[in-house]
Amino acid sequence: MTASAVATLKTQRRPLYPGWFYAPAAVVYSVLFLAPTFASLYFSLTRWTLFDATFIGFDNFAQFFREPFLIQGLVNTVIYAVITSGLKVVIGMLLAVMLTSQIMARGYLRSVIFFPVLVSTIGVGMTFTVLMHPTMGMINQTLAMIGIKGPGWLVDPKLALFSVALVDVWKGVGLATVIYIAGLVAIPKDYYEAARIDGATKLQNFFYVTLPLSRPATATVITLSFIGGLRTFDLIWAMTKGGPGFASDTVASVIYKQYQAGFYGLSTAGNVVLFILIAVLVVPLTMVLNRKQGHE
Amino acid sequence: MTKTKLFALMGASTIGLLMTANAVNAQQSGNLSFLIDNGPQSVAVAEAWVAAYTEKNPDATIDIEVRPGGGEGDNIVKTRLATGAMSDVFFYNSGSLFQAINPVQNLLPLTNEPFQANVQDSFKSVVSAGGEVYGAPFAPAMGGGIFYNKPIYEELGLEIPKTWDEFMANNEKIKAAGKTAVIQTYGDTWSSQLFVLADFYNVLTEVPDFAEKYTAGEAKFATTPAALRGFEKLQETHDAGFFNADFGAATYPDGLRMVATGEGAHYPMLTFGIGAIAETVPDHIQDVGFFAQPGDSAETNGLTTWMPDSIYVAKSTANPDLAKDFVAFVASPEGCDVRNEAVGATGPYMIAGCELPADVPPAVADMLPYFQEGGHNGPALEFLSPIKGPALEQITVEVGSGIRPAAEGAALYDEDVRKQAQQLGLAGW
Repeated sequence: MTASAVATLKTQRRPLYPGWFYAPAAVVYSVLFLAPTFASLYFSLTRWTLFDATFIGFDNFAQFFREPFLIQGLVNTVIYAVITSGLKVVIGMLLAVMLTSQIMARGYLRSVIFFPVLVSTIGVGMTFTVLMHPTMGMINQTLAMIGIKGPGWLVDPKLALFSVALVDVWKGVGLATVIYIAGLVAIPKDYYEAARIDGATKLQNFFYVTLPLSRPATATVITLSFIGGLRTFDLIWAMTKGGPGFASDTVASVIYKQYQAGFYGLSTAGNVVLFILIAVLVVPLTMVLNRKQGHE
Repeated sequence: MTKTKLFALMGASTIGLLMTANAVNAQQSGNLSFLIDNGPQSVAVAEAWVAAYTEKNPDATIDIEVRPGGGEGDNIVKTRLATGAMSDVFFYNSGSLFQAINPVQNLLPLTNEPFQANVQDSFKSVVSAGGEVYGAPFAPAMGGGIFYNKPIYEELGLEIPKTWDEFMANNEKIKAAGKTAVIQTYGDTWSSQLFVLADFYNVLTEVPDFAEKYTAGEAKFATTPAALRGFEKLQETHDAGFFNADFGAATYPDGLRMVATGEGAHYPMLTFGIGAIAETVPDHIQDVGFFAQPGDSAETNGLTTWMPDSIYVAKSTANPDLAKDFVAFVASPEGCDVRNEAVGATGPYMIAGCELPADVPPAVADMLPYFQEGGHNGPALEFLSPIKGPALEQITVEVGSGIRPAAEGAALYDEDVRKQAQQLGLAGW
């Protein structure tokens, strides 16, 4: 929409309802959303004990960026978001292709893939923590049966973050699949017929018809899972609490630990940082995704 | 912010429900809420106390509320106090964590209550702020040291180590015999701190004024060799390969079970674990002994002690007389007897007139000499200084897992401590 179009819209538009009609929504909006947002911006500039707050300028932000684990946490957050959203795109797409083909019990299989999405994240986290126990967990005991010594999935600092990311993919891929199924079903059959007349192979069908035409679905899946990955907290907290040590800390878990320790101002500052981080990464991403979509 | 206001409103409406309290000494009536942590021990003790108290005072009712322990629990206690929504009576740590809940503003002073005459001064000092005493002992005193498995010691003919070198030599022999020498349980991260925290008696013998200088920001863990030793001891035991194979995932209950049943020989822990052993593996309670974490010299061998947790009355209570009377009951010899009955004896009481039963478990008997004439003991750092860095447990997990060397871990902890000192508004940081 161009600037002039917006201007004309504005001049043409008259209020649909009398002013008082907006009041309830405005009150709810300002009390529950506006006030806390501005309060948090203020408190992020204070040393806050819940009892009283001392204004300290940008010291909290300086402290937050001095946290030795924070840089690690930032890197981990981005790694986690990229891995989970990447895998969800690839696996979700392949599963959707399979589940839209003519296979037996298609409806049942579709519901099975969606089932983990419905289960509580904490429950999933606790279950996998037990399964991934280094010596008594079912995964490593199964591996031991075929003569492989399984790694310490959650206790090896090099592996912990990836193990949690894999569980996240298992839990979340169902949603990606459903979005893809909707996208694939919406592709008109004419394209496939045209491709067949042109003598396209099945692989060419996939790469030149299915893949480009499911770009809107891809954009949705990437955006949703990337934002989800950036602010992920519950699964990590249930499985490793950011450990061992600080190896699987993300920005959200670092913030939570500051809050838990009673550093309320510092953790509020961390939330402001997380908000900016998500905005800085996601706004350009959606712009790129949507622009490409416009070209189709 | 909005949540805060909501809780404040709820708190105000609770105060509105004022109840009449009878005169002192008469039978008490009314209703109290009593917040405790969800450890099986705390629950068992609290239920026994409430049952005994309400039997004596049939017109009084006490509702027990349960919260999680650890950091989550700190969170709940702080938030409820800040919003005026705290239960009438609650149980919480003494020492540095007590200082962090802003006692002068939030708690009812108990300085002039008659029962305080029987409470030891060393305990009063860790529940005092601004010249007033705010708490009464919730439990017996504890020691931080090392649980050991007696059958393994007998089988291998080992002696109780008085120095760190003797301890390491014992570990070598245990490892050579194909057994786990040292149990670590990083599935519960807090349990990783013991080698560092329980070494503090040894720090005090070498640097008697460490706590004051540390509070003033002049002494650091990384640059005080005696204080760095705790981190080094943790690293040494890891590097020597003494730990159980699943040390990264095992939990605190696992650790207690392992040292009791002989799956491992040593488990560094606080003596409150005795109660849990008695509850979960009662057949093996006689197999567990206890000794202080050894330092470098056998002559000065002594125990790092922990003051018990405390019971407090919130200033927002609607029924202060009943609350004080209940606290007085908990801190009386009668209260101790109820406790002994409910969960057994876990250590010496801080209340005059409280007796231990004759048949205490061996680990308790092992601890008593450190408190008696000729024994050496000293308080843990958290009772001498208000500052305890919140990230210590993650750092000790790193040092104990070989992710970070001891010296770097100590330096990182000094950073963490600085943050806490600033939050508390201490001078010199």
